Amino acid sequence: MSDPSAPPAARPALLDIRGLSKSFGTLKALDGVDFTLGEGEIHALLGENGAGKSTLIKVVTGVFARDAGTVRLAGREIAPRSAKDAVDAGIATVYQEVNLLPNLSVAQNLYLGRQPTRFGVVREGEMKRRARALLLDYGLDIDVGAPLSSYSVAVQHITAIARAVDLSARVLILDEPTASLDRHEVEILFSVMRKLADRGIGIVFVSHFLDQVYEICDRVTVLRNGRLIGSRDIADLPRLDLIRMMLGRELAETTHERAASQPDTAREVCVSFKGFGKQGYVAPFDLELRRGEVVGLAGLLGSGRTETARLVFGAERADSGEATIDGKAIKLNSPRDGAGLGFGYCPEERKTEGIVADLTVRENIVLALQARRGLHRPLSRREQDEIAMRYIRMLDIRPPDPERPIGLLSGGNQQKALLARWLATSPKLLVLDEPTRGIDVGAHAEIIRLVRELCDQGLALLVISSELDEIVTYSNRVVVLRDREHVEELKGEAIEVSSILAAIAADSAPAHEAAS
Amino acid sequence: MTLRIPRRGMAQVLALIIILMIDRLVSPQFFNLHLQDGRLFGSVIDVLNRGTPVALLSLGMVLVIATGGIDLSVGAVMAIAGATAASLADTHSLPVVIASALAVGLACGLWNGILVAVLRIQPIVATLILMVAGRGIAQLITEGRIVTFTSPDLVWMGNGAVLGLPTPVVIALGMLLLTAAVVRGTALGLLIEATGGNARASELSGVGTRAMILSVYIWCGLCASLAGVIAAADIMGADANNAGLWLELDAILAVVIGGTSLFGGRFSLVLAVAGALIIQAMNTGILLSGYPPELNLLVKAVVVLAVLLAQSPRLGDLSRFTARWRRTKP
Repeated sequence: MSDPSAPPAARPALLDIRGLSKSFGTLKALDGVDFTLGEGEIHALLGENGAGKSTLIKVVTGVFARDAGTVRLAGREIAPRSAKDAVDAGIATVYQEVNLLPNLSVAQNLYLGRQPTRFGVVREGEMKRRARALLLDYGLDIDVGAPLSSYSVAVQHITAIARAVDLSARVLILDEPTASLDRHEVEILFSVMRKLADRGIGIVFVSHFLDQVYEICDRVTVLRNGRLIGSRDIADLPRLDLIRMMLGRELAETTHERAASQPDTAREVCVSFKGFGKQGYVAPFDLELRRGEVVGLAGLLGSGRTETARLVFGAERADSGEATIDGKAIKLNSPRDGAGLGFGYCPEERKTEGIVADLTVRENIVLALQARRGLHRPLSRREQDEIAMRYIRMLDIRPPDPERPIGLLSGGNQQKALLARWLATSPKLLVLDEPTRGIDVGAHAEIIRLVRELCDQGLALLVISSELDEIVTYSNRVVVLRDREHVEELKGEAIEVSSILAAIAADSAPAHEAAS
Repeated sequence: MTLRIPRRGMAQVLALIIILMIDRLVSPQFFNLHLQDGRLFGSVIDVLNRGTPVALLSLGMVLVIATGGIDLSVGAVMAIAGATAASLADTHSLPVVIASALAVGLACGLWNGILVAVLRIQPIVATLILMVAGRGIAQLITEGRIVTFTSPDLVWMGNGAVLGLPTPVVIALGMLLLTAAVVRGTALGLLIEATGGNARASELSGVGTRAMILSVYIWCGLCASLAGVIAAADIMGADANNAGLWLELDAILAVVIGGTSLFGGRFSLVLAVAGALIIQAMNTGILLSGYPPELNLLVKAVVVLAVLLAQSPRLGDLSRFTARWRRTKP
């Protein structure tokens, strides 16, 4: 049953996935991915946003239909077509947002749809007794008659897990279960996970907290851009190598043609931030952005990259420090303030925070400019057409039809139109959050070229990317983040994929040193 | 560039024409007009005249709905404004009466706008408050009576004529032009559509979405108060219990018939007014036909269903599917 190329798992394979593929339009979300989970194994599934983790989970649990590949559970091939099919087959999933009914009691949640009855009447007492016994097994001694919402998120998670496992699960998928838990609650959850693993249940653990992965997991599988990068035993995988699997490509090919040759402190400072930060969001940081310079933000998912970008643009309000232009303090409390100062921001979530899908490409392009000009100075239709056509030509947006609703364009062209939206305002500073995510290869290279060109034209750019090669290619400086803190700033020759990786992986001991 | 035949709007214009034709069938004199005392009379004029309150309401409602909101309070605002106008009519000059009524509408709109834009209460709940409370306020103003008046100036607002057309029709036309000028003559229209289409994205583009939302509710309150004044002038009195009753639903219906999605985004003022006329043409037709008016509600329901079906994306998929099927067949 087991594939000869499979890694020599000590335990028999419980879940065996081979060559799994799934495309959305032209975008390959999963490309021939293999994944093997042993009995009693806790297996981390890692990767940045868009790497394919959630697509993999959704295919395995029957939410999406796969395009190719096989999924075997204990040697038997399964093809779940709905979440219920997957549960019946023995695969249960607990999501970050607990999918239970908060207004019902813990016991009712545990036995919803399968309450013990006598003559058609639910036996409340019997149900509570069983629920109590079940949860005691997980080390929880609570009043199961109380509504679920009266308990902490950790208890709710464990209730969800208990329900899932009780529904005869053999494979348990935990999707970011620890994101909203505090340290103590994480401990409780981990002890439950260990108990379940001892009983032979295979657990897939999705998380972006590497410390936790090292603490609880036996093996780790890394995905990037829909492809399998590798599966390793966690014991023989140094942290640096793991991060390299997640972020870097093969180190050999990092010949960055246009690296930061001139670390130019003589460049005109566009805006500077001193002790800028927000409690519980991102720690106070110092940052200077200069004209004609690209600053890359590197770090793992959840390290504070996006949070930094949002503070810099004003999408989120800082509660400490100040931002200055030419020594004068500026107000930066809302996106409107940011846009008014000549800042632009292309968010990572293109669909929900970027495009207005029903409006045309033209309307989307002129939106920021019009918002800045105000109501009383409308752009005439002719001006709008001119602006739209200028950027459609300049950025090669396809199809070159300004009257097409932007929602019908491909991801890459939407991204270009969003760039156009800000370029039309002649910005001083552009903040780009993952500008190349979810974009096909051709458009990818074009966007990178554009970033460089804009920089040469004198714009200040702050660019986030989880593709380190990309960052190395266009950045004059790279700020590295870890655990919501700016831990290092690399310049000139020091900008190498390996040095960025080292900074991300470094233990938190030698933090705060190079924030010049 | 190239001249485009507007695809949007053909359905509504067609529907209006069909309903008018049906009206002509049930009442042969439907298109007859005659001049009397300097005012045109006839069934078509009746449709326009009777359709005025809902048309005015729909002008405000369409903007609110374009931002993804809804205003259930417009009927109640009509009652408040009507009560205000009626109680002042015999003691104050017309400009004062109208200004007071409009000020009341503005205040109501501001209240709704603050609840929705600033306090972020769901629009349907936020405006439900004034929908319920508004009738009470109107009754307080009228002290529970039906306030009548004789001021010829205010009566003219409801029953007079300008250049042969009933005054309400002229006022509604003026409001349509004014609204169009405000919305399309400035950038308001684009920014409202952007706010309704994706509020988060618009805000991140620097659009003052809060101001947009606040302003549409204020405009909606103004339009409703004007409708309330006209309704009061029409019957020469203010009935706090019945003025504008259920008209918020007709206004929403008019907007939906006009092709504006309740999810917000794209909107059309002219088509919303066309929607109001479609509703009124049906009402008038049924009255003329001699069928019991109860039938009106059923017919309205059928029309709504037809419009919603025509807009349903599933049905769109279906027609595209059949089109493809037809194409593949020789």
